[in-house]
Amino acid sequence: MKPLTEIEPAVETENPVVGIDQTAGNFSYKVDYAFDAGTGLSEDTVRYISSVKKEAPWILEFRLKALKTFFDKPMPTHWATKDLEAIDFQKIRYYLSQGQQPKRTWDEVPDDIKKTFERLGIPEQERKFLAGVEAQFDSEAAYSNIKEIVAKQGVIFCNSTEGLREHPEIFKKFFGKVIPTGDNKFSALNSAVFSGGSFIYVPPGVKVAQPLQAYFRINAENFGQFERTLIIADEGSEVVYMEGCTAPKFSTSTLHSAVVELVALKGAKIQYITVQNWANNVFNLVTKRGVAHEDAEIKWIDCNIGSRLTMKYPGVVLKGKRARGEVLSIALANDGQHQDTGAKMIHAADDTTSNIIAKSISVGQGRSTYRGVVHIPKHLKGCKNNTECDALLINTNSRTDTYPAISVRGDKNATQHEASVSKVSEDMIFYMQSRGLTEAQAMSLAVNGFINDLARQFPMEYSVELKRLIDLEMEGSVG
Amino acid sequence: MSTFAQSLPTSAADNLTGSFTREAFAQSLARCAHLPAWWLDRKRAAYERFASLPMPTRTNEGWRFSNLSTLTLDGFKIGTFVPTEISVSPFSAITAATLTFVNNTFATRTAPAAEIAAKHGIIFDTLQNALIHHADLIKAHLLAQPTKLGSDKFTALHEAFLEDGAFIYVPKGVEATQPISVFHYATGPGVAVFPHTLVIAEENAKVTVADFFRSKEASSTHFACGGNDLYAGHGSQLTYLAMQDWSDQTLSFQFNATVARRDAKVLSLNIHAGACQARHESFSQLQAPGAHSEMLALTVAHGAQEFDQRTLQIHQAPNTSSNLLYKNALMDQSKTIFSGLIVVDPDAQKTDAYQSNRNLMLSDEAEANSLPGLEIQANDVRCTHGTTSARIDREQEFYLEARGIKPAQAQELLVFGFFEEVLGKIENEQLHDQLTSIIRDKFKA
Repeated sequence: MKPLTEIEPAVETENPVVGIDQTAGNFSYKVDYAFDAGTGLSEDTVRYISSVKKEAPWILEFRLKALKTFFDKPMPTHWATKDLEAIDFQKIRYYLSQGQQPKRTWDEVPDDIKKTFERLGIPEQERKFLAGVEAQFDSEAAYSNIKEIVAKQGVIFCNSTEGLREHPEIFKKFFGKVIPTGDNKFSALNSAVFSGGSFIYVPPGVKVAQPLQAYFRINAENFGQFERTLIIADEGSEVVYMEGCTAPKFSTSTLHSAVVELVALKGAKIQYITVQNWANNVFNLVTKRGVAHEDAEIKWIDCNIGSRLTMKYPGVVLKGKRARGEVLSIALANDGQHQDTGAKMIHAADDTTSNIIAKSISVGQGRSTYRGVVHIPKHLKGCKNNTECDALLINTNSRTDTYPAISVRGDKNATQHEASVSKVSEDMIFYMQSRGLTEAQAMSLAVNGFINDLARQFPMEYSVELKRLIDLEMEGSVG
Repeated sequence: MSTFAQSLPTSAADNLTGSFTREAFAQSLARCAHLPAWWLDRKRAAYERFASLPMPTRTNEGWRFSNLSTLTLDGFKIGTFVPTEISVSPFSAITAATLTFVNNTFATRTAPAAEIAAKHGIIFDTLQNALIHHADLIKAHLLAQPTKLGSDKFTALHEAFLEDGAFIYVPKGVEATQPISVFHYATGPGVAVFPHTLVIAEENAKVTVADFFRSKEASSTHFACGGNDLYAGHGSQLTYLAMQDWSDQTLSFQFNATVARRDAKVLSLNIHAGACQARHESFSQLQAPGAHSEMLALTVAHGAQEFDQRTLQIHQAPNTSSNLLYKNALMDQSKTIFSGLIVVDPDAQKTDAYQSNRNLMLSDEAEANSLPGLEIQANDVRCTHGTTSARIDREQEFYLEARGIKPAQAQELLVFGFFEEVLGKIENEQLHDQLTSIIRDKFKA
């Protein structure tokens, strides 16, 4: 592998307001990629990716079929934003890799990648703390270290390429079952060109004490990431998975289209936490869905702050009796951003319950959208859904939309949906200002208060990170 | 194989007009030959739009959840006048004046137009007469608003075949104390009707109009494609009630366009009871400060009926308010769709908008779909929406039963309590009682 040749200077000067370096994610290294599928998408791209990854023939076949589905499906612009048309699929790189094997210890991680993490502001202490980290640098995991205890419990935690190679018997059984290739245009795209992502299997009865974490990074212009994550929690097990994202800023569009599948078998619990902070030129079109079997519980905690356009509607298929699904969603849309997020709850068994709480904040000309589906089919009983959507508009030209769809059949189920749109009350701001806070501080505090009850459900470090990100986003939004 | 072959349309081009062929249109136009040329031109243009637009498709968001396979333009004929006995409605007694239309044609009226005009200056006449005598008002208000809710093809069809309807004009400062009612009947098998009611309330005027849609024979299949335009001038108060009670074999479309000017108050209440498949589109524009629109609907769905209600309330000016309450009671295998959207334009600060859809599930086979939407582009607003779908509250039922009320009676009381929230908004007491009793009969049957 060639050494690092040059560091691109940060475009903006450092601005340490509220203790945060705004330019922290605003850099990129010129890296020579050992494997590069070039720009554009064709059958050859897919064959290339598959051969580089030395995949079994059934996977290549799966990919090629998915590619055809992707080309056949129209852009969903009859309901989604026209901004999708700005994506030029032929200008995107679909696979990059430095060819390195996943590393087990920190010392083995190449220096340049370490530097990238340093610039991201992950403190030394935290890096050590993040023992179970699966840090993804571009397509392949650059660093992966399964915590000893986790491995001892029989938990498999690796990247999906490794999972496919080493645990095909588990992988194949669940792969593509929760989200079929043809689910939507972007899940088809992911199925054709996926690389990276995590594979987790938790054996029956095992409760993983430590949350499993993965950091993602995009580090090449016009390069899209297509992770494929599959998490299987066997009967009675529990696992928490976290992902956080940050990407350098680039002038041309980047595409990120992940597929995340969760399977919670009888009595299992999965919690999936995301803090998404891609750069403002990234299209983040993600399909996330889980299947909850009898007495199982799946909880999505989803926080979207970055990207140009995010379209992400985490879903739960409540397949077994008494299964529970929950989506907690926070979205913050600033100038030039559109956070199109929401949730899907598909009830498919008696006595299943689901809860959706979505809060969005629109700053400047930002636009946030809630889109949801709640589906309770015929002849089920005792199903309940609760949906709450609250939107906060900061500036006079901010925008928010709400588009829920609720279908209920029969008289033995109950659903309720409520949504409200408001601004930060002037009284509240006045009260805080009269106690010596600046308007910006007061606004920041009010916004943090608005999401506080949701943010509290995040693990400590994510909650702190979120608060900082909101402070940062709120800068300059008033006055 | 045979069923598959049958379900295929004969050819895409043939299917675009169905029974509403060019010949049928030419005949309809001939019946309107005495009307102004500009109106006939508009009708011709509308027919061309109708004939070229495709039928709604699955990918059209405006038709999400709707059953498209039962939408048909085939097997109908344009209704023309037949002398028929119309039973005197109980409403005649409580309304100031009535107009009756049978199969698109004016039939009878209770008070002569001249008499009403002499008293208050109110014009209550047929659209045909208004087209000749009040062309300016018609040009400004008849079908003047855009179609925004997905039924472009059917609104074009309505305009093309609209032969006659009611025209109500209340001049500046005049308050019509008694309600005015309009009856639209369809009679004969396979008859297609295109009823229309246009209400214009000038500055500070006040008026209540009630529209009734009925099939003469309960067993006939009808095609009804009607509309109403409500224009509320500055400071006016306009109340519009509509009772849709077509036969259970009818395919029904209704389009409403409401415009509320400064400080105007509009209340529209639609009661849906008839038809096998009924689509109702309601489009409210709050164009000037202080305007208020109250959008109410009550649906009693039974059998395999499908009620498809789409609403749009646009707040175009600051300090406007709207309140939407759509209640559905679902029995048997019935299906309802409510799709509502509140739009707040960028400068419409201080908007207060509310949207609520309540579905009362009275059967295990019924299906309720709700799509309550918001599009907000101003920050100093209060916009909320809520939707619930559930059966009767068991605790309330228990409470009544604990006081010795029989279960069946308790259920009825609670259902009517559910309806009363909407019906209670009708200020005219007699009208309220009459409508309540009609719904009571519908519900019991």
